[in-house]
Amino acid sequence: MDEHDGGRAVRLGVEDPWTDALAVGPWEEPVAAPAPTPSPGPRPGPQPAPRAYPPLMPPALGGVEPGVRGGPLPQPGAGAAGRMERDRSAVYREVQAGEAFQEVRRRYRRFAFPAAGASLVWYLLYVVAAITAPGLMARPVAGAVNVAMAAGLAQFVTTFLLTWAYARHARLHRDRAALDLRWDTQERVR
Amino acid sequence: MMVEAGSAVGHVRLAVRELAHGRVGSGHSVTGHQGLALALFTAFVSITLAITVWAGRRRTSSEEFFSGGRLFSPLENGFAITGDYLSAGSFLGVSGLIALYGYDGVLYLVGFLVAWLGVLMLVAELVRNCGRFTLADVLSARMSARPVRIASGLSSITVAVLYLVAQMVGAGSLVSLLLDGEAARARTWTVVGVGALMVFYVVCGGMRATTWIQVVKGALLLGGSIVLTALVLTRFHGNVSDLLRAAAQGSGRGGAYLRPGLRYGGSGVARLDFVSLGLALVLGTAGLPHILTRFYTVPTARAARRSVVWAVALIGAFYLMTMVLGLGAAALVGSGAVRASNAAGNTAVPLLALDLGGGAGSTGGTVLFAVVGSVAFATILAVVAGLTLASSASVAHDLYGSLRRRRSGPSAAPDAREVAVARLAAVAVGAVAIVLTLYAQALNVAVVVGVAFAVAASANLPALLFTLFWRRFTTRGTVWSIYGGLVPSVVLVVFSPVVSGGSDAIFPRLDFAWFPLQNPGIVSIPLGFLAGWLGTVLSRAPADPGRYAEVEVRSLTGAGAA
Repeated sequence: MDEHDGGRAVRLGVEDPWTDALAVGPWEEPVAAPAPTPSPGPRPGPQPAPRAYPPLMPPALGGVEPGVRGGPLPQPGAGAAGRMERDRSAVYREVQAGEAFQEVRRRYRRFAFPAAGASLVWYLLYVVAAITAPGLMARPVAGAVNVAMAAGLAQFVTTFLLTWAYARHARLHRDRAALDLRWDTQERVR
Repeated sequence: MMVEAGSAVGHVRLAVRELAHGRVGSGHSVTGHQGLALALFTAFVSITLAITVWAGRRRTSSEEFFSGGRLFSPLENGFAITGDYLSAGSFLGVSGLIALYGYDGVLYLVGFLVAWLGVLMLVAELVRNCGRFTLADVLSARMSARPVRIASGLSSITVAVLYLVAQMVGAGSLVSLLLDGEAARARTWTVVGVGALMVFYVVCGGMRATTWIQVVKGALLLGGSIVLTALVLTRFHGNVSDLLRAAAQGSGRGGAYLRPGLRYGGSGVARLDFVSLGLALVLGTAGLPHILTRFYTVPTARAARRSVVWAVALIGAFYLMTMVLGLGAAALVGSGAVRASNAAGNTAVPLLALDLGGGAGSTGGTVLFAVVGSVAFATILAVVAGLTLASSASVAHDLYGSLRRRRSGPSAAPDAREVAVARLAAVAVGAVAIVLTLYAQALNVAVVVGVAFAVAASANLPALLFTLFWRRFTTRGTVWSIYGGLVPSVVLVVFSPVVSGGSDAIFPRLDFAWFPLQNPGIVSIPLGFLAGWLGTVLSRAPADPGRYAEVEVRSLTGAGAA
């Protein structure tokens, strides 16, 4: 397991990396090593944040900043543009099919889909119970607090917990791999 | 720029004087709270104008104007999201509904908060990675740009204008309260003044000014709520059970106040309305244009995620306090008194503040009342600025961009032109919102917000989710899902009791309401998803696997993100 900033795991990003946002360019994550294989083991302290342009992609050269665009990358010349487009598409399909990306995708979907689905179902249960089982919802729990109020507060609690769990899961199991893929892909697309 | 700022201040002063005149002219004395509230509010306006002028001195590229340079920190953006999200609908509308209907008002809070789980897990990071300025950027990363941009631009503008109207209705109720229920003229002036200010913020300051205004406002709102909540809890010696009992008693409904069903419990239709509202609240947030544009102000997807985590913490805390304030208003002011002041309940919190400070006439009451009034005003101003910016981005970047770009291929419209169009659009959106608001003064703010959420959930959410997660989704599916959600939701609202056929409708004297529910969500949200599926199945051209690969890889890794 890649625990690169495991030391900060339990706190909800209190030490926000304003520094890591400023220290590097606007479209970069701080990255310790652009190498595709994550180095294992905890990384103490603030991460070193070298200016990590992928070596083949100085923004000055392309004319177009790598990524400051929404749709297909415009290039002069229709034939060239068409070829570029096909190449890009091929690269993305290759990356998509690759094991590294599939692993990131799997990790993301395995957590986000069930969690989002479960929270929606739990919320809808809460809403529907209010109109179909008012008797149950009116039952007292403690003092003047009834089941309905307690369930409402429980919704707050589950929301906080799931938020924390998702952020933690993403940081520990997805961020590093996604970042490596990002540089790798950008290099190849260029 | 300074001259413009000066004239805007002059404008506010004029409006303020007008308000004072309206009050004095009717023969009552100007009470202390009005003077103090106006002073505090003027201070907030001055600060925000200074921010705007400061931000407006930068070079305005589209990057700067629409996303504030993308270098905000997660904490700053978390506060800004909080500021954008906690509208008058929450502070005034929901607390009022809780004061009047008890438990049924709590549903709003739960829905508004739970919605963030969907935003956090399914939307925030992916949207940050795929788009540049608007929702349409994400959709057109995969689809044929022009039809998708036009559809998505239209739906975003519709949502933003509905939401704007809700905010400005809130401003109107607030002023009537400050001036003791006084008169159409002061309300009209307030609405016009708020509209003029928001246009100024957006036109001169762009996203950078708007974001800082949200941050300041978010902090003010949280601070104000903390003070009031502490006072309410102190009054009940920290005993929540006592508060609940006193609220039930003060509501005049006894135990029913704490049980579901006071507002939505009567007929089958009312119950269905409850579910419809619940669905709209939980699914709408992910489709709100001014929330989606917030994710573009931070540098990376990871920063977007962290800003949402901050936002969930801040918003959750605020909603817990809103619950206490609503209950406190029922307990200390009484539901009857709240209703007498404003039938929809929009003025419950200011009344509560008056009582907490020591009652009408006391210094403490006057001060608290003034503070709450001006915080609420700051809230409204900030949210309308965010909404205006989001809709002007949609007009300039989506509608204007794609209409103009028709012949000249995919190369983007020149930056300067796009920003100029956005500024014009902000003026136009402001004007439309002002005119609509003048017709909608009788509505509960939270109800209108619920309708805006329903439209967002029906028109924007299906297209967004399908684009991100469904391999076979096509351009036709996208366009169909947007219009298939937008048209039914808007049509159903037009023929609902919100618009006609009731004492608190926009046109109380007419009755063309045949759709029984206030909130169209339960019908229009499934329609939006269904239309997206149908359009995809019926597409002549299948989806391009290469472009889906691009969207999927980009959304999850951030490759090529702006």
